[in-house]
Amino acid sequence: MNLAIKDIHHNLSRFSLTALGIGMLLMIVMGMGGIYRGLIEEATLLVDKIGADLWVVQRETRGPFAEISRIPRNLEDRLKSMPGVATARAFVTYPVQREFRDKPLRMQIQGLSWPDDNGGWLPLISGRRIESAHYEMIVDKILGLRLDDKIRLGKNIYTVVGITKNMSSIAGDGLAFFTLLDALDIQYDYSGEAIRIEREARRSRVAGQDIGATQPSLLERALLPSSNLAALPSPYVSAVLVTLIPGTNLDTVVDKISGWTDVTVFTHDQQNGLLLTGVVDRSRRQLGLFRSILIVISTIIMALIIYTLTLEKVHDIAMLKLIGARNSVILGLILQQALLLGFLGYVFAFYVGKWVFPIFPRRVIINTGDLIYLSLIVLAISVLSAGLGIWKALSIDPNEVVS
Amino acid sequence: MTGSASAIQGQSLTKIYGSGNAEVTGMEDVTFSLSIGEVVALLGPSGSGKSTLLTIMGLINAPTSGKLLIGEALVTDGPVAKVNLRVYRRKFIGYVLQKTNLIPFLTAVENVQLALEINDIPCRAARNRAMELLESLDVVHRSGNLPYMLSGGEQQRVAIARALANKPMLVLADEPTAALDSVRGRQVMELFRTVAREYGATVMVATHDHRSLDIFDRILEMEDGRLVSQKQANKDSPIGQD
Repeated sequence: MNLAIKDIHHNLSRFSLTALGIGMLLMIVMGMGGIYRGLIEEATLLVDKIGADLWVVQRETRGPFAEISRIPRNLEDRLKSMPGVATARAFVTYPVQREFRDKPLRMQIQGLSWPDDNGGWLPLISGRRIESAHYEMIVDKILGLRLDDKIRLGKNIYTVVGITKNMSSIAGDGLAFFTLLDALDIQYDYSGEAIRIEREARRSRVAGQDIGATQPSLLERALLPSSNLAALPSPYVSAVLVTLIPGTNLDTVVDKISGWTDVTVFTHDQQNGLLLTGVVDRSRRQLGLFRSILIVISTIIMALIIYTLTLEKVHDIAMLKLIGARNSVILGLILQQALLLGFLGYVFAFYVGKWVFPIFPRRVIINTGDLIYLSLIVLAISVLSAGLGIWKALSIDPNEVVS
Repeated sequence: MTGSASAIQGQSLTKIYGSGNAEVTGMEDVTFSLSIGEVVALLGPSGSGKSTLLTIMGLINAPTSGKLLIGEALVTDGPVAKVNLRVYRRKFIGYVLQKTNLIPFLTAVENVQLALEINDIPCRAARNRAMELLESLDVVHRSGNLPYMLSGGEQQRVAIARALANKPMLVLADEPTAALDSVRGRQVMELFRTVAREYGATVMVATHDHRSLDIFDRILEMEDGRLVSQKQANKDSPIGQD
């Protein structure tokens, strides 16, 4: 006869509610672990998915994710000419916040070096890749946009042509992919008035110098669009991504690029390392610490519940002792209930979590390893909690039943 | 039916609670011997030491001094246990208490079955035996009910069935009729007589209920922790004579 099951059956509603409470607590523990995993996944997602062997960024920076990196776009051509380089793609990333359907819309814009890169590596769940040089965008599902939605960014209107899933930035904002030119247009969008003021300022600077007086045609040229002025630099990009020809020695290429004084180069692993040890490290540790505290709290709460359940059975346990029940019978009663409580709580946390976590604003990733790890924690919590109840049970005197 | 062999003997049993200034003598120099199959009443006012004696006989309380023997075996010598008391409680002693003390989350039959299972009787055999006991105590129709669904008398019958489950040598009952009306109380007391006859158990019942004393073979009286008299009961009289 299983006394634990009999007792639970007798107090089914109370036991279910208790298991529900434990389950909620474990769901939070599970969720914290999932948020931690999600943070790491979001941090390394782009670096992993984009498939570049090398990230070339501004000298002495850890860009483009850890800090701002600005390098001239023509670096792309310099890198393409290097032996062993298969492709070099300019990469732009920056956050924007706009209003869309009367709600704030935060997204991390990514510039793709179209047509070399049309977003073929993106995990599309609907729509298509970018097929035009301008005015098309691929967005992540989390942004809430639909196919064919149109959104004004700067002076232009962009149409959603593809939807991805699980593509978000370190900050948790959905990624939006544009051609590089469009991304730069959006980033360096100036109003007509600002452009006119800038042109007039250029003209004034030239006019105030001798060359302006001696060569009046320069005054006219100063009023032309920036792109028509050879003296002005080309737009800056955040990084250039390099893919090597298979079989090329990575270190050799890294050594060569490192010799250039205007850039710094990181391998794929180094870029990931920068993200994990720098950008998300503090959040990661904070979540880890919070999760540990939650586990301790869960243990204490569960121990108190088991202890209370044992206290309620003092008389019955004394009776069991009086009629000569072995300690194993009494320990079994308490331990089995604690284990069952932990098990049911875990199952509740798992299934409710599966339903609840996807509606969290940031990604919550529960992987098998974490589930196994948590199940072992729950097992340990259950046994530890039962320990308190068992200690109480063993100290019960059969005389209790007489008194 | 009273046998001549001794089922349980107490020799100069003394129990002192507390120590120093707080020392209280619960029982002093009590010597007795109960024969196999004997049905004995233990009388005395509250605080006279009846419960102390029962708990010492039931191996849930150790005497401060004196010896207790069950059958031929020395069980306790002063506070020192000479045997595994829990095993002895399981194998040789059955308890019926003032409040029924059935396990509330087990049905009537399960309460009896449990006592058998903890004595290593297999589940099915334990179940059958439990049902037989309930039948013999005329409460089998309530076998599937939880204790709170039973009347006081029915609960006491189930408790007696549980006490008898392992065919104990000794059945100890502490005020078993206190919560019952006179008719039910009488029925329960008669049940002890039947138990002794049918199961060969020695029964000791601590009671205030003088109306049923005619069913006992012997009456022990305690006062101020001492055993002041031991009388053979006169079946014609409600109170036994020396």
